[in-house]
Amino acid sequence: MDRLKGKVALISGGARGQGAAEARLFAAEGARVVIGDVLDDQARTTAQEINAKADGHAAVAIHLDVTRAADWRAAVEACQREFGGLDILVNNAGIFNTTGLEDTTEELWDTVVNINQKGVWLGMKYAVPAMRQRGGGSIVNISSVAGLTGSTGSTAYHGTKGAVRLLTKAAAVQYGPEKIRVNSVHPGIIATQMIDIIPREMRERFTQVVPLRREGTAEDVARMVLFLASDDSSYVTGAEFVVDGGLTAT
Amino acid sequence: MDRLKGKVALISGGARGQGAAEARLFVGEGARVVIGDVLDAEAAKTAQEINTKAGTRAAVAVHLDVTRAADWRTAVEACAREFGGLDILVNNAGIAFMGGVEDTTEEAWESVINVNQKGVWLGMKYAVPAMRKRGGGSIINISSIYGIIGSPGSAAYHASKGAVRLLTKSAAVQYAQDNIRVNSVHPGVILTPMVEQASREQLQPVINMAPMKRPAQPEEVGWCVVFLASDEASFVTGAELVVDGGYTAV
Repeated sequence: MDRLKGKVALISGGARGQGAAEARLFAAEGARVVIGDVLDDQARTTAQEINAKADGHAAVAIHLDVTRAADWRAAVEACQREFGGLDILVNNAGIFNTTGLEDTTEELWDTVVNINQKGVWLGMKYAVPAMRQRGGGSIVNISSVAGLTGSTGSTAYHGTKGAVRLLTKAAAVQYGPEKIRVNSVHPGIIATQMIDIIPREMRERFTQVVPLRREGTAEDVARMVLFLASDDSSYVTGAEFVVDGGLTAT
Repeated sequence: MDRLKGKVALISGGARGQGAAEARLFVGEGARVVIGDVLDAEAAKTAQEINTKAGTRAAVAVHLDVTRAADWRTAVEACAREFGGLDILVNNAGIAFMGGVEDTTEEAWESVINVNQKGVWLGMKYAVPAMRKRGGGSIINISSIYGIIGSPGSAAYHASKGAVRLLTKSAAVQYAQDNIRVNSVHPGVILTPMVEQASREQLQPVINMAPMKRPAQPEEVGWCVVFLASDEASFVTGAELVVDGGYTAV
């Protein structure tokens, strides 16, 4: 399969979970992938596994703390040095917590906002010039169903995911004329390590309100990201894509 | 490519424009297709062209007036008789009408609502039992960006497309447990015979409002429909996919 043939992608938080699923799927579709993460060992293992399967130099790992501009600059440079340019950015890195409004400390607030929201902005800021050199590109920002509806906790998380939703539309409008498409993806309950902090019985209760009656997999989301990264979605920009088993349709 | 291998699809309004593009892409991805339309000669021609290119009998045309339950029954029977069942329904048939609230006659209102809204409901009503026999399926209802935002005219069209948006979510919730996914697609300005009824002078200002500043080709919607029809979208239901060059992001 070669739906991303010849394209170079940068995926933040690509060491494990959803980001790693995206990296594997992208490489299988012909892309070359730079995996950025703070989890250096896991990022390297993921890249090695992809290269072993791809029988070639399809993935590299790089240290990327999404809150640091210098790291983003180095990551974009790595795309150009290793693979000749940058066509696709997946702003996938994110952290989750269930803390409610009053219990949220300023420290927690700043951490969540820096990673989930400022990180997305910084990623776009440094990726756009590289995409411009290629005559266009596709940016996929991972928001959440928590960027569409509220819940009783996770206050800072909701705020950042709502911000990503509109930041996406703003960037889409700004960069549409330059053929850089920008879209957001809104996963529901996806079985990755990020939500391990939610107690098992609570997850089972959540699943009962999902019309498809199951948790999503990292691959369920990755296939949507593949669609948005590929030229299949050439007229799609500024749009939001829910992958939630019908949760927000109820 | 075989993203739809072994699947059988019924596409309303499949004779020309977006529906014909979907039929061609579906067969290119391994599906067999029943093309339903009121334009019998064009439907037969589109099916012939597809079969010639495929080198096999992959498409048949049936007469389908989407406002008539009897026609839907026959179309679903044709899927079972010709190709052994039904997995995918694309409720694509639709008509445009530019009149505002006061300028719309009761006759025009009823014709738009019958084709664009009642037709979608009837299609689902008769497709669902056939999909249930296959253990699941995917329904794609073509709404419009005019089902999300308003404009100074097209009152009945807006109403019918808004109805399709929520009818979709309602069906998604109802049939999730039967493994039948239901999603809506919301195209912007797409170059099809339906849209080209309007003059270029009428269309150009609307086209310019989209950040991408161009209309779309029917295939650019077609690929989005392929994604939703395929198992790649296995956790996607009750969702709305906008294909509008950024129009509604502004």
